[in-house]
Amino acid sequence: MTDTKYTRSDFQSDQEVRWCPGCGDYTILASVQNFLATLEKDKHNHVFISGIGCASRFPYYVDTYGMHSIHGRAPAIATGVATANPDLTVWVVSGDGDALSIGGNHLIHTMRRNVNIKMLLFNNQIYGLTKGQYSPTSELGKRTKTSPMGSLDQPFNPTSLAIASEATFVARTIDMDRNHTTKMLQAAYEHDGAALIEIYQNCNVFNDKAFVQLTGREERDTNRINLEAGQPIKFGANQEFAVVVDGNGARIVATADVAEADIHVHNPSNPDPSAAFALSRLSHGPYGPTPIGIFRDVNRPSYGDQVQQQLVEAHAKKGPGNIKDLIRSGGFWTVD
Amino acid sequence: MTEDTLEAPQREKRDRLVLRFAGDSGDGMQLTGNRFTDASAAMGNDLATFPDFPSEIRAPAGTLPGVSSFQVQIADWDILTPGDAPDILIAMNPAALKAHIDDLETGSLLLVNSDAFVERNLEKAGYETNPLEDGSLDSYHLMTAPMEELTKLAVADTGVKGRAMLRSKNFFALGLVSWMFNRPTESVIKWVTNKFGPENVVAKANIAALHAGYNFGITTEEFHHLFDVGAAKLDKGQYTNITGNQAIAWGLIAGAEAAKLPLLYGSYPITPASSILEELAKHKNFGVRTLQVEDEIAAVGVALGGSFAGHLGVTGTSGPGVALKSETISLAFQVELPLVIVNVQRAGPSTGMPTKTEQADLLLVMFGRHGEAPLPIVAPATPAEAFMSAVEACRLAVQYMTPVILMSDGYIANSSEPWRLPDTDEIADMSRPFATADGSEFLPYSRDPETLARPWAIPGTPGLEHRIGGLEHANLTGNVSYDPRNHELMTKLRADKIDRIADSIKPVEVDGPESGELLVVGWGSTFGAIRAGTRNARKAGHSVSHVHIRHLNPFPSNLGEVLSKYDKVMVPELNSGQLALILRAKYLIDVISYPKIQGLPFKAAEISGKVIGILAGTDSEAGQ
Repeated sequence: MTDTKYTRSDFQSDQEVRWCPGCGDYTILASVQNFLATLEKDKHNHVFISGIGCASRFPYYVDTYGMHSIHGRAPAIATGVATANPDLTVWVVSGDGDALSIGGNHLIHTMRRNVNIKMLLFNNQIYGLTKGQYSPTSELGKRTKTSPMGSLDQPFNPTSLAIASEATFVARTIDMDRNHTTKMLQAAYEHDGAALIEIYQNCNVFNDKAFVQLTGREERDTNRINLEAGQPIKFGANQEFAVVVDGNGARIVATADVAEADIHVHNPSNPDPSAAFALSRLSHGPYGPTPIGIFRDVNRPSYGDQVQQQLVEAHAKKGPGNIKDLIRSGGFWTVD
Repeated sequence: MTEDTLEAPQREKRDRLVLRFAGDSGDGMQLTGNRFTDASAAMGNDLATFPDFPSEIRAPAGTLPGVSSFQVQIADWDILTPGDAPDILIAMNPAALKAHIDDLETGSLLLVNSDAFVERNLEKAGYETNPLEDGSLDSYHLMTAPMEELTKLAVADTGVKGRAMLRSKNFFALGLVSWMFNRPTESVIKWVTNKFGPENVVAKANIAALHAGYNFGITTEEFHHLFDVGAAKLDKGQYTNITGNQAIAWGLIAGAEAAKLPLLYGSYPITPASSILEELAKHKNFGVRTLQVEDEIAAVGVALGGSFAGHLGVTGTSGPGVALKSETISLAFQVELPLVIVNVQRAGPSTGMPTKTEQADLLLVMFGRHGEAPLPIVAPATPAEAFMSAVEACRLAVQYMTPVILMSDGYIANSSEPWRLPDTDEIADMSRPFATADGSEFLPYSRDPETLARPWAIPGTPGLEHRIGGLEHANLTGNVSYDPRNHELMTKLRADKIDRIADSIKPVEVDGPESGELLVVGWGSTFGAIRAGTRNARKAGHSVSHVHIRHLNPFPSNLGEVLSKYDKVMVPELNSGQLALILRAKYLIDVISYPKIQGLPFKAAEISGKVIGILAGTDSEAGQ
């Protein structure tokens, strides 16, 4: 990282960062700023759009263009930006409440439309900004101020939802693993179309250690399933577990119990999303073995490019628009 | 189709005529009315139309709720409305007759498709006896034609089979009416041929039915009561017949062009605004991006995103959609970006009567946002005027960096009138250059001293990276601020900016005496009825004037002074008195409200009647 055009400080705004001390958001901010500094892309060609929530304060801290908008609507606003100017890299920063609750509709439609946005979904499984109510990713039975007897709501699995929404790029990473986060950012950045990265993000105030099974020194080797393209999926301290995908979905087996050829070789670019979806169902939240990495990465023309293409086609077919002709297009008569 | 083989009957000259076509919603009455209108426009008549249809696409056939109608007034002078009562009603079935007969004055013409008056249809319409036979229509000039039977015979050789043969009966009716009112059929034939193709069997059947209807008129004595309405003496120029929604779509394209910006239109289909999206989608060669998105909130979101990126973001909807968009509109106001929100109002609340007109969203757009977020509101008075209103909305949005409401309604949206084509070269350049870096510190909330508009720095501009957002921000820098005095300052600055728009808009013009006993104040689509009603009252010797407001916020700067020059002020509105409420609050005037809340436009006679009642002191509502 010696010859880069930028350093992290070029992407730090002059605003004081005001998340709670110890929040996972600080780590993600550093990962993103460091990553942006590695790119050739001019900093004025990045745009960060956010909604409402702790995560959504993010744009204020990044010295690019940004808009802190309203709850849940960032994907819609970002769609306008990305469609108006396909040369921009449009990042959406959102949380589990913002993206999956109030903004659920925009999320799924942005994915299926393949709008060229990079969506960072900070999932801390709690409402942080409003001080600790259950979120659409909180586990069943979770006791919070608004669910004193336990949450009754089946949580969303964001990666399953994104794959089912026809997303062309779906990944998951963890705030504390900055190298892995950077790899995911790089892959999402290079993807032409909608990219969703679910980032497990620790809220040390309202939902501390939610991801300890994936980050704890004791637990992480047992539970973290690294998805690597072209590699058979094995995990555990000694690769003692493996993943098999068949007509009944994905399941975890002891490596010793299956033939090497039966272990699923991960292929995120498989046009058929079935295997990616099956992998997303291996866990429903970070409780026990959980896949981390790129689930799906396929090519489909992006929305902005296609909108642009139609303009070009219309122009080629009809010539440039002429308002004088337009207002006479329904026929006219002359009064002398 | 010449009449020279027969003795040409005498035609009665009329200066104006009102026709109403009524039938089942599947009978093609809108199409028939529009074709008649276009033929009349081509003859140089002035005209105004009023389409009225149910929201069900095909309500049960033959029932009253399924009746669809189209009224058109044609005249040889400059008329203002589609007319109060029809001079002729064309009824395609018993339900259409029943739904409209009460609007018909004694002695008026009534043309009926007698084939539809069979027991089953009579029963569905709620007739116990056949009105064509029981003498109940004796006070009208009744004419009947077996339109279905004759249509079947006419289309027999065209290749159309079975029940489909009957579908052309509206063209039979159109042919007959064209004969009676001396309209050429060429434009209809051309339209049918263009729409279906010359070899298409439907085209052939429709044309055959049209001819049959016309010839039936020539050969049948009963239809020798003929009328002629000559060309109107309109101002010199080129004219086209235009609906309000079409005018708005074209006006938005012209407005974006005058602002030198690409147009980005985000929308979600909703009656009666959808045809703006449909129209704009046709014009991608103008660089227009139309995004039909997942919901109303996304529609305004993409428009705002477009504006952030340097396009002219526009979203179009009706009242329910405005309600859904309100949070994003407040955001647009708070971040101070251009945005145009088109509200084609319909009768509410909730789903209300989606195909019926109303002006009941005025308070919604005036006040219906959280926090203090005043917005400019522009309202066209007629379909033709909607073109320049859309241009004006674009101007205000760009020049003042603000969301702007363009208030239309279902009546303006769907009705049509001749529009004298403007010289589009004369639309003033209203572009505003994007900010560029000049080495000094960039202050996203610094302001133009005249308009108070902030600079517009779009993503992709080197050196001007900045963040905007819904949180209150410090004056000049735009940095998040909870400082109490800053909040008050910013709230006032944002409101002042909107108030300053009054300096750049036209004063209201008075039609009638400059001072006197009574001023009628209107806004939006009530223009024609108010103008015609007040003029009629003046002709009858009453002192009454009319002011029509095109800018509802801020009001034109001379409005208060004008209001003060009359003893009484009356405000007719298609709501319970919303403008009246605002005028009372702002100008401390004892406004007489004249509400109509029936999903229907005012009639000129209703306005003149109210005017005369107030002036005579016999109006019980007046002087409250």
